[in-house]
Amino acid sequence: MSLRTKSPKLTKVSTTVSRVIRNYQRDKDMLIQILLDLQSTFGWLSREVLTEVSEQLEIPITQVYQIASYYKAFSLMPRGRHIIKVCMGTACQVRGSPQLLNIISAMLNMKPHETSDDMRFTLETVNCLGCCAMGPVVVVDETYYTKPSSSDLRKLFESAK
Amino acid sequence: MAIKRISSPEELDKLKRGILSKRDPNKLIVSICTMSVCGQSRGSVGVCERFKKELRRAGLEDKVDIRETGCQGFCEREPVVIIFPEGIYYVSVKPDDVPEIIFTTLAKGKLVDRLLYTDPATGKKGAKEADISFYKNQMRSVFGNNRYINPRYLDDYIALGGYSALSRALLQMTPAQVLEEIKKSNLRGRGGGGFPTGIKWETTKNASGEPKYVIVNCDEGDPGAYMDRALMEGNPHAVLEGLVIGAYAIGSHEGFIYVRQEYPIAYENSIQATKQAEEYGFLGKNILGSGFDFEVEVHRGAGAFVSGESTALMSAIEGKVGEPKLKYIHTAVSGINGNPSCLNNVETWANVPLIINKGAEWFNSVGTDGSKGTKIFSLVGKVNNTGLVEVPMGTTLRQLIYDIGGGIPNGKKFKAVQTGGPSGGVIPEQYLDTPIDFDELTKLGSMMGSGGTVVMDEDTCMVDTARYFISFCCEESCGKCIPCREGLRMLREILTDICEGKGQEGDIEAIEDIAEVMQDASLCALGATAANPALTTLKYFRDEYEAHIKEKRCPAKVCKSLTSYYIDPEKCTACMICFNDCPTEAIHGGKGIIHWIEQEKCIKCNTCFEVCPPRFSAVRRISGEPLPPPPAPGTKVTHEKKR
Repeated sequence: MSLRTKSPKLTKVSTTVSRVIRNYQRDKDMLIQILLDLQSTFGWLSREVLTEVSEQLEIPITQVYQIASYYKAFSLMPRGRHIIKVCMGTACQVRGSPQLLNIISAMLNMKPHETSDDMRFTLETVNCLGCCAMGPVVVVDETYYTKPSSSDLRKLFESAK
Repeated sequence: MAIKRISSPEELDKLKRGILSKRDPNKLIVSICTMSVCGQSRGSVGVCERFKKELRRAGLEDKVDIRETGCQGFCEREPVVIIFPEGIYYVSVKPDDVPEIIFTTLAKGKLVDRLLYTDPATGKKGAKEADISFYKNQMRSVFGNNRYINPRYLDDYIALGGYSALSRALLQMTPAQVLEEIKKSNLRGRGGGGFPTGIKWETTKNASGEPKYVIVNCDEGDPGAYMDRALMEGNPHAVLEGLVIGAYAIGSHEGFIYVRQEYPIAYENSIQATKQAEEYGFLGKNILGSGFDFEVEVHRGAGAFVSGESTALMSAIEGKVGEPKLKYIHTAVSGINGNPSCLNNVETWANVPLIINKGAEWFNSVGTDGSKGTKIFSLVGKVNNTGLVEVPMGTTLRQLIYDIGGGIPNGKKFKAVQTGGPSGGVIPEQYLDTPIDFDELTKLGSMMGSGGTVVMDEDTCMVDTARYFISFCCEESCGKCIPCREGLRMLREILTDICEGKGQEGDIEAIEDIAEVMQDASLCALGATAANPALTTLKYFRDEYEAHIKEKRCPAKVCKSLTSYYIDPEKCTACMICFNDCPTEAIHGGKGIIHWIEQEKCIKCNTCFEVCPPRFSAVRRISGEPLPPPPAPGTKVTHEKKR
């Protein structure tokens, strides 16, 4: 038994990590899949989470960080309650996604890849969501919006608490 | 209800007959694309729910079946509702249209005219595939089944003859015969490389080392391409069937499906399909009583474009950082954990059951000399009918863009078509009659790639397009080799400068020099081809580069630093539309007072230009010439309003 005392928060992290790891039969090759699950559970990957993964899966922490910092799906910073993703794929680009990003950026007074101070929004760009026929596409909390107008966006952001 | 494993071809036949005998071919079926992000984003789920509710209310729920499908191709007009057995297409359907469809079409067999597709060129309405130009010019042998299948329901696939190719391969053919058939078909990899599939299979088969792996590459990273998503979402069993057949030919007993994380429905449907195939006995031990065992694991990508490259993808499956490796030995010989691994694209695998069922000879009867069969293209950008289109190889760009795509919207002029994703290039108007296949587009400096076809009109700036692709690759470069990492960074700097009006003499030559080094010295194909978009735009649109550099003018009026927005006081009627829509409140004026733009506040988002009613056309984009002064604040509208 570990002599290290864990704070209640750490225990919760540790239980979740252990549950996810068990879903993958503690297979070290499944590190990316495990981190993806944890990312979607916590919304980001904190130092505690990564340390737990490293200890429980018996993988060096550097290796866990290498994966977590290489792939775009992982965030090492807390993210806002609402995630706004603007698709920057070619088809969306041709149909005006840079202007759309500009508008959203101006409305929320945030640059891409930033999180607002009140933790309400995180503004992200993605390379292609595969909705190329409908561009430009914006995804807010898993809901897809195609060619939204300025007033649509304003209403949407105002209603997001 | 527990499903009995199918353990022989006879049982598969019996199952199929059983499914068909329970189905009345004359029964009305409403087919809606709810299992694809395109359909969902346009509200197809709401339309489907409304159908369920209204059919219940009308007491017709036993008379009409609802079939929820994956992508059906005509994404621009989603939600599309198809009514079988007649095959009537309604486009852009809203939930409130549902009662009318039920009472007019389903109950009385009459058409709802206003929901039919109208041809933008002729103004004619079309109810069936044969009347709709988008569909009638296609040959949908791989993709066409999507409209008949609920991807979560294996019975739908079996009803269409699904897994009969697997049954034939496993029980009537030896692995060598299957391999021979694929080789004879001349099937080439649909992911973009165009490598002969049969030869790849043979390499893995003959390589030493166990276990051997087979892999489905659904890490469709090319921006502007989504055919793999549509197949994986809408017909996952076709891909799976192809994979098992390939595994049998190669002698592999373990496979992977690698789905990019941006495709949640494709991932979910792959998992469901794998589970069902296991329950039915199309995966697992002793498949169909043949003695052949095969298992599949589904992996999600974690967001890295380069992971689509074979060595990088295999590293990702091993749980490592997805960086490409030098291919001294091909992955077909030494891939996952150093074992022979055969990786094919989703669409390639989906072609395999067709070839086994219809024969290599049939496959060879379609296409060009060097490229056989059909290919799915994602026809997107500035074109009227955007969506997924499947045509025989050798179809010309013009046929694709004009006959199927219905031309360029809003009377604009075609400028170029971008094919092959970030490794491809742009093709200008004079080459529109080029047949599309693996070899022809490469001759023009572009490539067919995985089938992304992005149409650009006169409002697209070619320098900005090059800058876009270079930035894309710059962010996606893994950074392992210097030519790619540094070359792209330098190219991005030069192109950004040109777009911002800071271009200098010698920039064009510098781009060409850097591109040459990248082509020769990069580690993987991403780096070696990354400069293609810059090179092809330079080749065909050098004048646009020169206008940016020498005249500080963006001919398409796109580059922000070189373009200003101006409201013509002679034309402005102070209608308040742009005034209200401007996201930064840069437009001044008021009711009856001529509007003007405060240049310091303007973010050049194009909103005012887009919302100004065409009958006024008061907003102008100006590039390369001085901006006229705004009217004195408070100037009232004196000229007469146009009605």
